[in-house]
Amino acid sequence: MKYKSQKVAYWFFALSMLLLILQITYGFIMGFARMGFDNLHDFIPFNTARAVHTNLLVVWLLSGFMGAAYYIIPEEAQRELVSVKLAYVQLISLAVVGVVAVVGFHFNIWEGRKFLEIPRPLDYLVVVNVLLFLGIILITLFKGKRRTTTALVLSMGLLFAALLYLPGMLPFDSQVTDSFFRWWVVHLWVEGVWELIMGGILSFLLIKLTGVDREVIEKWLYVIVGLTFLSGVLGTGHHYYYIGVNDVWLIVGGIFSALEPLAFLAMALFAVNMYRKGEKKHPNKLALYWTLGAAILSFIGAGLLGFAHTLPQVNLYTHGTLVTAMHGHLAFWGAYAMIVLAIISYSLPNMTGRKLYDSSRGRIAFWFSNIGMIGMTVAFGVAGIAQVYLERKFKMDFMEVQAEISVHFLVLVLCATLFTTGIIYYIVDFYKHGRPTDEALEIKE
Amino acid sequence: MLSKKQARAFFLGGTLVTFLVFIGLTIYSFSVDNDQTNHDQLSDAAIRGKYIWETNNCMGCHTVLGEGAYYAPELTKVIDRLNVKYNGAGEAVIKSILMSPVPWQPNGRKMVAYNMTDQEAEDVVAFLKWIGNIDLNGFGEVVGVDRKVSPLSK
Repeated sequence: MKYKSQKVAYWFFALSMLLLILQITYGFIMGFARMGFDNLHDFIPFNTARAVHTNLLVVWLLSGFMGAAYYIIPEEAQRELVSVKLAYVQLISLAVVGVVAVVGFHFNIWEGRKFLEIPRPLDYLVVVNVLLFLGIILITLFKGKRRTTTALVLSMGLLFAALLYLPGMLPFDSQVTDSFFRWWVVHLWVEGVWELIMGGILSFLLIKLTGVDREVIEKWLYVIVGLTFLSGVLGTGHHYYYIGVNDVWLIVGGIFSALEPLAFLAMALFAVNMYRKGEKKHPNKLALYWTLGAAILSFIGAGLLGFAHTLPQVNLYTHGTLVTAMHGHLAFWGAYAMIVLAIISYSLPNMTGRKLYDSSRGRIAFWFSNIGMIGMTVAFGVAGIAQVYLERKFKMDFMEVQAEISVHFLVLVLCATLFTTGIIYYIVDFYKHGRPTDEALEIKE
Repeated sequence: MLSKKQARAFFLGGTLVTFLVFIGLTIYSFSVDNDQTNHDQLSDAAIRGKYIWETNNCMGCHTVLGEGAYYAPELTKVIDRLNVKYNGAGEAVIKSILMSPVPWQPNGRKMVAYNMTDQEAEDVVAFLKWIGNIDLNGFGEVVGVDRKVSPLSK
């Protein structure tokens, strides 16, 4: 750690850990409900559990991205954050908005639009919160001694993520137009600007972990984010095939969605090649595991499994089935959860001064969580494909099909248990690092 | 060999061009001649129904237009499907489920008891009827009562 103000990142990461474990808890409630054990229905019906599960995912990832920015930007700009106090205000307000939203979901207070369930008044608070965050980051960058491509790409990602939240706040009477512009937020976040954030964090980590020249890494960073937008923006069309808009999107979405895996493939090749080229062997092996793991699993989860059902001919049958849940789980895990866990693994020893670089606890966390998540993805995939054939091809009743495929949710819950064990190990490792300290400033990274 | 400057130009240029095309296609698909969103058939009741749909987070279990949570049935063509199943009484069945004071529990999976008024239930039905009449580029047949042959098998 080079700057005192970087310590604020620790508390954003701690919030992420807390929300992640809560997210997983609600995931189990849903998994058991799908198996027929919905004993909590009177207090936490499925729609509540689902809204909490997905919204906590978004909030803990955002908290992780913000923590990453607070850690990375001072090092890249070579100066302290302009205000640490405001960063703590921003952290507390983020936590308050998240908690109020989640509590509200239990009392039927929500907007009921997939992924954007938080009620409108809280939307305005989110906007204020994000503006405060961006203000701190951008002013720090503006006043800094240098402006690197890594910092620029990361900041652009965060800025566009904030701007793209706005179309989701537009009111529409029609479900079709509502859905159309909701994807401007959801798709252009996860298959657009969030990839800028991921790319920025990945670039920072590769520079630190491999020792490859910054110019080389940042050049390829531009190519990757260029490919992301080239395919991802028009790739939004795959959400428009069957929601009631013109069939021009079948062609446009089909072609550009097929190109989307290229950006993720480029990212995976880029990370692995930089690792192989690098002469520096950083002792923080766990951070390297998570960094390379994120690049590779995002290609499989977001790239390949996304492509598996974005061809219009295939999507005609898979649209609105558990096949989407299969893709969604590995895509979010590989692309975003793992990159947040990577930057935490890298920065934690630097902030606390405790170099727990290659602990068996950390390795168990990596392998258990990854094997568990891949198992969950397979369980969702098998259930989804069975659903497509039974319900969509053979025209069986929805509920009869759900009864037929419920056994796959037993497999899902078992794999989720392994995954959760890995996450618990990760959180224990996080806790064992202790609190951030100024003494860590004197320790060489 | 590609320089960093060229790589940046690729990123900025590519992003700008694709974004402009995206905006153009959005305008195209909502223009009067190409619009198929069924917007002109949208009644006040259907709009109220959409509000009820959202404020109860129905999408947290069901799907509509293929979007939702896959825990409860797709409702895009639900009236047609229930009309076949209950001899034309599809709307009445939906209303009775929405107005039920106890949880509807098909095959053991519970739905929240919404205990809606007759007017609220009518509005939700109007919303679902409006949804059922949208041209969905073939998806309506897949989730409806008709069979559609996959373009892949042709």
